[in-house]
Amino acid sequence: MPVVLEHLGKRFGDGAPVLDDVNANIGRGEFVALLGASGCGKSTLLNIIAGLEAPTSGALEVPSDGAAFMFQDAALFPWLTARENIELALKLRGVGKAERRAKAQELLELVHLGAAGDKRPHELSGGMRQRVSLARSLAQDRQLLLMDEPFAALDAITRDLLHDELERIWKETGRTIVFVTHNVREAVRLGQRVLLLSSRPGRVVQEWAVTEEHRTDAGLAGQLTGVITARLREEIRRHAK
Amino acid sequence: MPSNPTPVVEEKPVAESVETGSAEPREHVHAALTRTSTGNEDLRELESGLDSLQSDTVRKHRIDWTRILLPIAALVVLVLIWQFYVSLGLKRRDQVPGPLDVLNQMGVLWGEGKVQESVWTSLQRGIVGFVISVAIATPVGLLLAQVAPLRRAFGPLISGLQVLPSVAWVPAAIIWFGLTDATVYFVVFMGAIPSIINGLISGVDQIPPQYRRVGTVLGASRLQMALQVILPAALPGYLGGLKQGWAFSWRSLMAAEIIAVGGTIGFGLGSLLDQGRQLSDMAVVMAAILLILAVGILIELLVFGPIEKRLLRRRGLLAGSTR
Repeated sequence: MPVVLEHLGKRFGDGAPVLDDVNANIGRGEFVALLGASGCGKSTLLNIIAGLEAPTSGALEVPSDGAAFMFQDAALFPWLTARENIELALKLRGVGKAERRAKAQELLELVHLGAAGDKRPHELSGGMRQRVSLARSLAQDRQLLLMDEPFAALDAITRDLLHDELERIWKETGRTIVFVTHNVREAVRLGQRVLLLSSRPGRVVQEWAVTEEHRTDAGLAGQLTGVITARLREEIRRHAK
Repeated sequence: MPSNPTPVVEEKPVAESVETGSAEPREHVHAALTRTSTGNEDLRELESGLDSLQSDTVRKHRIDWTRILLPIAALVVLVLIWQFYVSLGLKRRDQVPGPLDVLNQMGVLWGEGKVQESVWTSLQRGIVGFVISVAIATPVGLLLAQVAPLRRAFGPLISGLQVLPSVAWVPAAIIWFGLTDATVYFVVFMGAIPSIINGLISGVDQIPPQYRRVGTVLGASRLQMALQVILPAALPGYLGGLKQGWAFSWRSLMAAEIIAVGGTIGFGLGSLLDQGRQLSDMAVVMAAILLILAVGILIELLVFGPIEKRLLRRRGLLAGSTR
């Protein structure tokens, strides 16, 4: 089990807890979608798994070499080309110079950007930037890949394509992916399991399995989306005054 | 499955589906909820089409003549106004010389070799002083920007030093170092170093926090973070600091040269200016002022301008600016 969360809790200062009693097991090579409305502490949970923040209670087990991280905005360095951005990730990992170049090209090919390596981030479209960002997080070569709403800011056409792209890359690389989103459709489209987090405090309230059937049958997927949306709304309604 | 007669319904992806063997006759409608492409090649083609739709076409850069002609026109207008004012005869000619008088004087000074000597002396000092200032200010600035207690302790002092006119150091420097080059360099350092440090610090302050997070996630050590992330990210602000640092060192240099004359101090532009004042020769004074200005403009046009433009263009920050 690459990731085990046990009774995890987090509060900032004396405020109300952001996360409370979060329990989850994520298996090796699994694709888990973490779904929740705003304020459910999704990002905080990711930061904790990534080791960027410490939990205030509970225990967690994560891979010892840490996790790769992909952000909502591509967060590419504007002074480097697409290729150099990927090479920097390899360099900080301690990969030698000759190998860096080959590996970066390989990763660019993987995200179908083999010809755009010498472009700078501002010359790339939002979808291309996000693919470079994906390649960069793959360059970190960690088994666990954490994604914090990476497609939230993209247009619908690009997002649909990137869903296919991410699924393909996940299958090719065998990574364990924890994908945070507030989009029910996205969660159903990508996750093998969808975990629903409640809001204030965040807690895993229910989970659904998404089968290969759902990948090809829109009717079935739509049905599941409806069920999850209803449950999510129920959670949101609890906060009505 | 390819025998499916309805055109609006797409084929089931053959390669990727796990259950290709199942002979279920149900029609598979593709929506955003399911796979929308039919395999790697299809995906590659779709993406490449979208990429070319969404990327800007590259525009070619041509020489923009207004960039050259407009400043020259502005200069001509200013000289004409000057000439017009002089020809009104409101002031004595030896107090307010006209453009031609100054040009003549410049020719005379050139003939004597004074222009070449003073420009070379000052420029050499300015550049050497500036380069040493950069070498000192950069590590100090990075350290102050990255280490909070150091910054809290020394930040106000550095800002204060930047406000203090470096001319104020001339008397002290003369007492300490006498009329030597050391005096000139000391004053240049006191002018340039604080402003380069401040430029670098403000450049670091303006770095989006996301960059540091990325650096941390990618596993950068403290030194790697400073050199691979912070310094390049702060480059626009740093360059601004360098420009200001050069301006300060050039100004301080002139001030020092005007005040500290004689001894082993060579003959710079400031010395030329002071010589003109002592001889009450307004044409020499004006010629020296124009030379000091010209060197400043040339350095901006030939050194800082191109570097800054290249930096901004590479980062995509030039679009819509009036540069």
